[in-house]
Amino acid sequence: MIPKKLSTAELEAVYDLLSDAIDAVPQDQREVFLAKLALVLANMVGSPGQVAAAVKAAAANLGPRPAD
Amino acid sequence: MHQPETTPRDSIWYTYRVFPFRRPAELDGAEGMQPVVVVGAGPIGLVTALNLARFGVPSVVLEAEQQVSHGSRAIVLTRRSMEIIQQAGVAAPFLAKGLPWSDGRSFFRGQEVYRMVLPHDADDRFMPGLNLQQQYIEQYLVEAVQRSPLIELRWGSKVVAVQQHEEHAVLRVDTPQGDYDLRAAWVVAADGGRSAMRRLLGLRMEGRAYAGNFVIADIRADLPMPTQRLCYFDPEWNPGNNVLVHRQPDGIWRLDFRLPEGETAEQALAPALLAERIDRILAMVGHPVPWQLDWATVYSASTLTLGEFVHGRVCFTGDAAHLLPIFGVRGANTGLQDCENLAWKLAFVVRGLAPPALLTTYSTERVAAAREICEEGGKSTRFMTPPSAGFRLMRDAVLSLALEQDFVRDLLHWRTSRPHSYHHSPLNSFLDDDARFGGGPACGATLQNVKLGEDDFLFDHLGSGFHLLAFAGATPSAEQATMLRAVRDQKAPLVRVLVAPQPTAEMAALADVVLADPGGRIAGRYAARPGAAYLARPDLHVCARWLSPGAAQVGQALATACGRAAA
Repeated sequence: MIPKKLSTAELEAVYDLLSDAIDAVPQDQREVFLAKLALVLANMVGSPGQVAAAVKAAAANLGPRPAD
Repeated sequence: MHQPETTPRDSIWYTYRVFPFRRPAELDGAEGMQPVVVVGAGPIGLVTALNLARFGVPSVVLEAEQQVSHGSRAIVLTRRSMEIIQQAGVAAPFLAKGLPWSDGRSFFRGQEVYRMVLPHDADDRFMPGLNLQQQYIEQYLVEAVQRSPLIELRWGSKVVAVQQHEEHAVLRVDTPQGDYDLRAAWVVAADGGRSAMRRLLGLRMEGRAYAGNFVIADIRADLPMPTQRLCYFDPEWNPGNNVLVHRQPDGIWRLDFRLPEGETAEQALAPALLAERIDRILAMVGHPVPWQLDWATVYSASTLTLGEFVHGRVCFTGDAAHLLPIFGVRGANTGLQDCENLAWKLAFVVRGLAPPALLTTYSTERVAAAREICEEGGKSTRFMTPPSAGFRLMRDAVLSLALEQDFVRDLLHWRTSRPHSYHHSPLNSFLDDDARFGGGPACGATLQNVKLGEDDFLFDHLGSGFHLLAFAGATPSAEQATMLRAVRDQKAPLVRVLVAPQPTAEMAALADVVLADPGGRIAGRYAARPGAAYLARPDLHVCARWLSPGAAQVGQALATACGRAAA
């Protein structure tokens, strides 16, 4: 479980900021934008172990829903 | 000539009654000035008229139709709305019929990703939500209006023109027997989202409308589920969209879902497609039972408000003044807070107890509330109906994370309608001791209800007018007794409520209501030591509080709260 560090109000502000930022990038460049963003944030976090935990959390539950 | 529908509307569960059009004297040449005409007999117009009557002001209510709401529309009343309805004196049938609830559950991919139990204080009489169809809401209010000698409800009467004058307005009213002019010192426009009054005055709302259409369908089905708010994100049968399920009285269930992109209202309401989707929703909730459709419609979300609610002699209220997203039950519940704010001010102006400028504060207080709701409701709306690819991607990312990670789950919070605080209102006293209290409702907030005993609450003892809630010890101090005697003769109606550990005969002579507070429960909720007092406006918002006020301070605060310049 990733510990909660942002307050709900901060999380809401980040949610709107990221949504608007994605909208501001042309669709074919959104992947590279998000990869760059992940790298910048990883550098700010400054801990390869924490970045690995973040990658694991983000990779979970992707793709099509499990068959019922 | 206006010809309203006189055949009862179709419904599988509600028996519509067609109310008769009665020929008013104005059609035969009578003239005269009504103090207040309310346009619209929806929940907001009817509560406005009941509240005006409570403050002694008669009104005429004009309703274009001759029967109550088509479809169940508004179905959730909040605690604050029930407190307002209690003050209007009509809570009993609502409580007898409505379904109380407090629990909301959100699902994604078959897993519960968010659960919120709305806070319920042991001192509150009403639950956070009460589900009741709008037909019943209007029916109970109409029954109360018909009992009031001060309210004349005119069915089948449609306003087709408005003329504003310096000190009155003239409404052209069309009816099944011809049209007539109705003169009113004040007009309350409570004629709903498609307000004719707004159109006739050429007023435009500010804000935004969201793309994305939603279907509301009411079905009768025997679902063995409790009363709670159910939300399903991204169901298999409707990818990327969401479904809401609410229980209503009489075995009726409200289904609410977003349409796939590009689908029109007409396509969505086609019986075969609608039936297929209802089957899928019932399978999704785990109970594929037989059902019967009562009513369905399509809506979209907006966060729109007029920038001013008072235009000349016309005061806008409820959906006529603003269009808010229904997520978070913000329509009727916001409207009830509007009209609670408007009614006493308008009544005081009509009775000469306050200058017309008092109505300006109705506009400023409620426009500010509407803007706050647009801001908050906009957040929920952007989650429920993402307006762009970026918002959709982020919403999907949050849902996916929410399956395992707690930290994002609060983004699924659905921000219910709440009472607004008028903290910055010019009606508040700025010379009081607000900041010196260690708790209790601050200036601008609503009074806090307190449980006094079995089926006995503080709000049950309140009346019509301002309230001075004064706290005494074993005996009132000499200063407090002097103050309570002296504030009796105010220009504005004032109910003196004295709270004491053990009431005495002396106290009964000093106050209109004396409440025993042996355990200090009321004093505790109000952080009040002996000598302290709260002044609440007739809509139960605190406008001043002191540690130990004198009569002059109370009188000055009352004058301020009535919009009269302090002496």
